[in-house]
Amino acid sequence: MSGGVDLFDLAQKEREEQATYRRTVLCCGSTACLSGGAQATQDAIRDAVAEKGLEQDVRLVATGCMGLCSRGPLVKVRTRGEDDVLYADVDADAGRRIAEQHLTAGQPVEDKALSLEHPFFARQVRVVLENMGEIDPNRIEDYIAHGGYRALRDAVNTMTPAGVIDVVQRSGLRGRGGGGYPAGSKWKLLNEAKSDQKTIIANGDEGDPGAYMDRTVMEDDPHRVLEGMAIAAYATGAVKGYIYVRAEYPVAVRRLEQAIRQAKRHKLLGKNLFDTDFSFDVEIRIGAGAFVCGEETALMASIMGQRGTPVLRPPYPTERGLWGQPSMINNVETLANVPTIMRRGADWFASIGTDSSRGTKVFALAGKLDNTGLIEVPMGITLREIIEEIGGGVAGGKAFKAAQTGGPSGGCIPLKHIDTPMDYDSLLALGSIMGSGGLIVMDEDVAMPEVARFFMRFCMDESCGKCLPCRAGTYEMHELLDALVTGRGTAATLARLETLCEVVRTNSLCGLGQTAPNPVLSTLHYFRPEYEALLVPDGAHLAGLPGAHAAAAADRASASANTSERSA
Amino acid sequence: MAGVNLKIDGVEIEAPAGENLMQAAVRAGVRVPGLCQLDGLSVVGACRMCMVEIAGTPRPRPACATPVGESMDVHTDTPRLREHRRVLLEMLFAEGQHICAACVASGACELQNLAAELGVDHVNFTPPPTRLEMDLSHPRFGYDPSRCVLCTRCVRACAEVEGAFTWGVAGRGRETHLVADLGVPWGEAESCTSCGKCVSACPVGALFEKGTSVGERRVPRALVSTLTARRERESHREVLK
Repeated sequence: MSGGVDLFDLAQKEREEQATYRRTVLCCGSTACLSGGAQATQDAIRDAVAEKGLEQDVRLVATGCMGLCSRGPLVKVRTRGEDDVLYADVDADAGRRIAEQHLTAGQPVEDKALSLEHPFFARQVRVVLENMGEIDPNRIEDYIAHGGYRALRDAVNTMTPAGVIDVVQRSGLRGRGGGGYPAGSKWKLLNEAKSDQKTIIANGDEGDPGAYMDRTVMEDDPHRVLEGMAIAAYATGAVKGYIYVRAEYPVAVRRLEQAIRQAKRHKLLGKNLFDTDFSFDVEIRIGAGAFVCGEETALMASIMGQRGTPVLRPPYPTERGLWGQPSMINNVETLANVPTIMRRGADWFASIGTDSSRGTKVFALAGKLDNTGLIEVPMGITLREIIEEIGGGVAGGKAFKAAQTGGPSGGCIPLKHIDTPMDYDSLLALGSIMGSGGLIVMDEDVAMPEVARFFMRFCMDESCGKCLPCRAGTYEMHELLDALVTGRGTAATLARLETLCEVVRTNSLCGLGQTAPNPVLSTLHYFRPEYEALLVPDGAHLAGLPGAHAAAAADRASASANTSERSA
Repeated sequence: MAGVNLKIDGVEIEAPAGENLMQAAVRAGVRVPGLCQLDGLSVVGACRMCMVEIAGTPRPRPACATPVGESMDVHTDTPRLREHRRVLLEMLFAEGQHICAACVASGACELQNLAAELGVDHVNFTPPPTRLEMDLSHPRFGYDPSRCVLCTRCVRACAEVEGAFTWGVAGRGRETHLVADLGVPWGEAESCTSCGKCVSACPVGALFEKGTSVGERRVPRALVSTLTARRERESHREVLK
């Protein structure tokens, strides 16, 4: 009996089972909607359906994220032979009304309906998120019925590892964790490494403030991550996979654990998959909440039970990784692209996006916008299109000031570059980075030095303390930024800050320290007058403090101010 | 062993492959400042004092952790490197409370020597207002966290040479500090053999012998290096037998 036949049977059975219902109610059950009361909505709909005796007619599914988190809880009603109807802001009352009017009488509840032609949805291209809002993340059957694990089966049964790598290389897929290293090239490096103990690691240690792309993929489509890992393992000869998830994502951990159990039960993970000699197993490792553990050498140290601090590269993980054996680390989103690429082909994937950045990117769109949430857009879309069309423009009619990409390692993009295409190289040229996908939009009321101070505070708290430039430098830079923001900074403070940016950027051991000055450098580059407006004359910051020294300094400051007035 | 030809500060030298730039610099008669590196211990490249510029490489690299390469053109003392080292050293001073006039290691202190070497005669950053509590629970030794530069030489000497694994690092960022065993007072650490290798490896006065006062540090810093070199020699002799 071949695993492939099983898979088809299972998919067929699931589809037939689903087809017996006339209506399907897809309730967003992802973390954002749940915190907005989605559980009460689901319960209300379920109760009303039971009350009306519609259980044979209506299938209720708690799905993954539908994207428009600012309008949650979201509910989608799908009726055989009709267009889908999406409802936003569905509280328990609205849920009951939907059940009574739409599910019972076939009358959509117009005042809660949201057009699917809405640019928030219409402008998106879904590859990684294709199953979001469609499947129940708790059921492997639903994933398989939507084409899941077919790419793995076909790869293992009909392709050579080199063939798989070739597809990934031709697709142009680049690492989605921020660096943008070509995924196919990395796979090739591991494939060429000589060892029978190779490992692959899915990096789910997403830690940028405001970012939740990887969390959503792990929570709401966990099998996609497993399938991507298994394909990568087949292509590279890895025998073991680790998913590194931060402890702050308990739902992701639970869903992944469940998905691994289900996949093992259906012989999609484990020994001799699809009756071949390909074996692959996956384990979860839970991080203890250190941002630096997203850095690959620190992540590996953490997996091995060591203190999560980075070590010098080279050697790179593909030469010397976990327990001295070759390892490869891919971001969760990178791996989540793989099943779709294998299913739909390298050419299809490469046709999306720009020449140097193929495919799509998932962003966690946050900040001062009307529509915020999780979006997936083709690479090369402009920031303006994201903000004005998908995001619905800056909230409250305020003016756009800047967008921050790449979190604490990134930079800001000011109004004059709003028409920049969002791809790896264009963002780098602007002094920002693609990063893992955090995108925070700021309006005219936001003070950029305070933004820089916020991110520096983050880096200071998250510095692992191993190398001096990052450990001491982030602290001192935060002190200087704090002095500037609170009106204690002089021209010398600003000069010192710029020196430190250079010292920390140049000398830090790992990416965290090397990129920690980016928010400062970027805001200084585009909004320098804001910093200069904060400067006070030398010594003036001591005015008003107790003690003769302070008073004397204040006198000196006012004396020098008088002098300059006279001379002017 | 095959030799590698390279240039350090304009001096052409030949160095054995596998040697790092810090060792190779000695052949060229060049001293590269360093703090976390100690012969005989593994390399961590954490203090970033030994950063050097290599022509064609965008970023400076730590000399202690960069192997020699054919035709490398290395510069160890450019104005940029000097400036960066001075700023780094100033920040290191401002992290703790380094008061030479009251320190056991004064006169035999690598931090003090570095300050003299790099011309750091004042610190532009504000050190913390209070001293951290000393750990004087060990019968023979003491630990003053306010003097610690977090080079982790003690941690490596304890693990790699003595094999006791008593010292470890805990905390993050500015809160990073040494811990004995799982965070117990040093005197209660069951794994500690009281061998004193950590004290001898300490570049400053953070780990010290009790009963020594200002400028009285006696333990030889080369102890760890001597031990490891001797072990290596002896193990070769075993093989030859």
